[in-house]
Amino acid sequence: MRRVWLLALIPFIALVGGAFFANRVEPYVLGLPFFMFWIVLWVVLSSLVMAIVYRLDPRNRAPDR
Amino acid sequence: MNAALLIIGFFFLAALVLGVLARAGRDMNLEQWTVGGRGLGSVFVFLLLAGEIYTTFTFLGGSSWAYGKGGPALFIIAYGTLAYVMSYWLLPPIWRYAKAHGLVSQSDFFAAKYSSPYLGVLVGVVGIVAMIPYLVLQFKGLKLIVETTSYGAISGSAAVWIGAGVITLYVMASGLRGSAWTAALKDLMILGVVVFLGIYLPLHYHGGFEQMFGAIDHAKPGFLKLPAHGNSPVWFASTVCLTMLGFYMWPHTFGSAYSARNERVFRKNAIWLPLYQLVLLFVFFVGFAAIGEIPHLANNDLALLQISLQTFPPWVLGLIGAAGLLAALVPGAMLMMATATLAARNIYQALRKSTTDDQVASLAKWLVPAVALVAIYFTFAGGKGIVALLLMAYSFVTQLFPSLLLSLFPNHIGTKQGAAAGIVAGMGAVAWLTLAPAHAGRIATLFPPALHDLNPGIAALILNVVVLLAVSLATRAVRKRALRQSLAG
Repeated sequence: MRRVWLLALIPFIALVGGAFFANRVEPYVLGLPFFMFWIVLWVVLSSLVMAIVYRLDPRNRAPDR
Repeated sequence: MNAALLIIGFFFLAALVLGVLARAGRDMNLEQWTVGGRGLGSVFVFLLLAGEIYTTFTFLGGSSWAYGKGGPALFIIAYGTLAYVMSYWLLPPIWRYAKAHGLVSQSDFFAAKYSSPYLGVLVGVVGIVAMIPYLVLQFKGLKLIVETTSYGAISGSAAVWIGAGVITLYVMASGLRGSAWTAALKDLMILGVVVFLGIYLPLHYHGGFEQMFGAIDHAKPGFLKLPAHGNSPVWFASTVCLTMLGFYMWPHTFGSAYSARNERVFRKNAIWLPLYQLVLLFVFFVGFAAIGEIPHLANNDLALLQISLQTFPPWVLGLIGAAGLLAALVPGAMLMMATATLAARNIYQALRKSTTDDQVASLAKWLVPAVALVAIYFTFAGGKGIVALLLMAYSFVTQLFPSLLLSLFPNHIGTKQGAAAGIVAGMGAVAWLTLAPAHAGRIATLFPPALHDLNPGIAALILNVVVLLAVSLATRAVRKRALRQSLAG
């Protein structure tokens, strides 16, 4: 277990927990109702989190076969 | 013959030619046919994994839920994203073990991990039982697409027969590599069509996204978020968790995880696949745009097709239909191949050990049309909407997750009896809850009121875990005592 892997818990908390604390229509952000915006935002941020996890994971540093 | 049909026919042929060409120069043994010789790089695995989820479900089911249910449709984006995050850790150990042991199917994995071919047979049966509804769903989508885009010239039943025929042909000819190439064509088409529709329709009918959502919120207050009851936040959270765990338990998805060249392919894909989920957002926009224009549809699954029919000339409808057709063909092919391989290798060969691998390969090929016939039968027989069908099949495959996860730990305590008992208990619970919805209500009363909307599949999964652990510990204790007695005696 590496500590940086805990980063990957954030998308779970945001997307599953968001149902409880982000379940609103207003305010609209980028034309989207808030709950929809929240989900979209976290899809993008999940990708970013995984990019960070990938970069910091030493297993991905060895040259590709 | 209208323009729409001509275009659809063209893509039909293109898919067939591409599928058959893909086998060129390769000897198709079982490993080559089912897992592409384990030589596929990031891009192909990406296309396969992405290709499996962009099915007619995305196309018709996604817009259907946005149109009919609103906010709760977002669960589809959430669970897919989390499943990809999870794949970073889940797929590499599966791939390593599968490569080391030369496995080609999901049920091989269970059979090898728990050293029990009969557990493999059980897992094979679970997979087949779950994949048939998924396949039926593709055929149903195909039927709606061709019926609508041919303006009624081709009957739905003819469409199902022709579509199933083409898929069968191309699976038999080219196996997995055929799917990867056609998946590329399909994803390009879907991407183009969906993004275009999702932007054009809201702008065309409402002048902008915020105006569109404002109008919906005005007409149906609360429609754009999760309701307090029914598809509530508790339902959303539990369904996302459940479907996320089930995501890679589909035999065909599990199987394409074997096709990677190395394990880093999965870790790299975990970065990009979540973004690919955003295509669904545009599918939802189409469903939302349809609310104001075509209210009161008898079948919500028609939302995307009907609004396109009303808005565009035949040739555009043809392109939309072609994209939908490929969205049914590619996953349909993978599903048929996985089902046939499971039946031939993990059921027939496991029970009749004398069967050679060559016999299995040819049996699998000839089972493809049989699988197609079964699915056609259920397509004509069944009721239920597209999302409802998928959710049921999902709760079936999810029952494989606990024993899979347990088996990935070194020196795990699971035994084959425990795994089998857990899977059977979970499946039984799902069947019981699905066949008699009244039972689900009664189960719900066992939970505190705040949790009444919990997805009933969670109860089945908990039962599964408890049985898995209890039976595993019990069989271990019995085995230990027997060992001690034989040593003492």
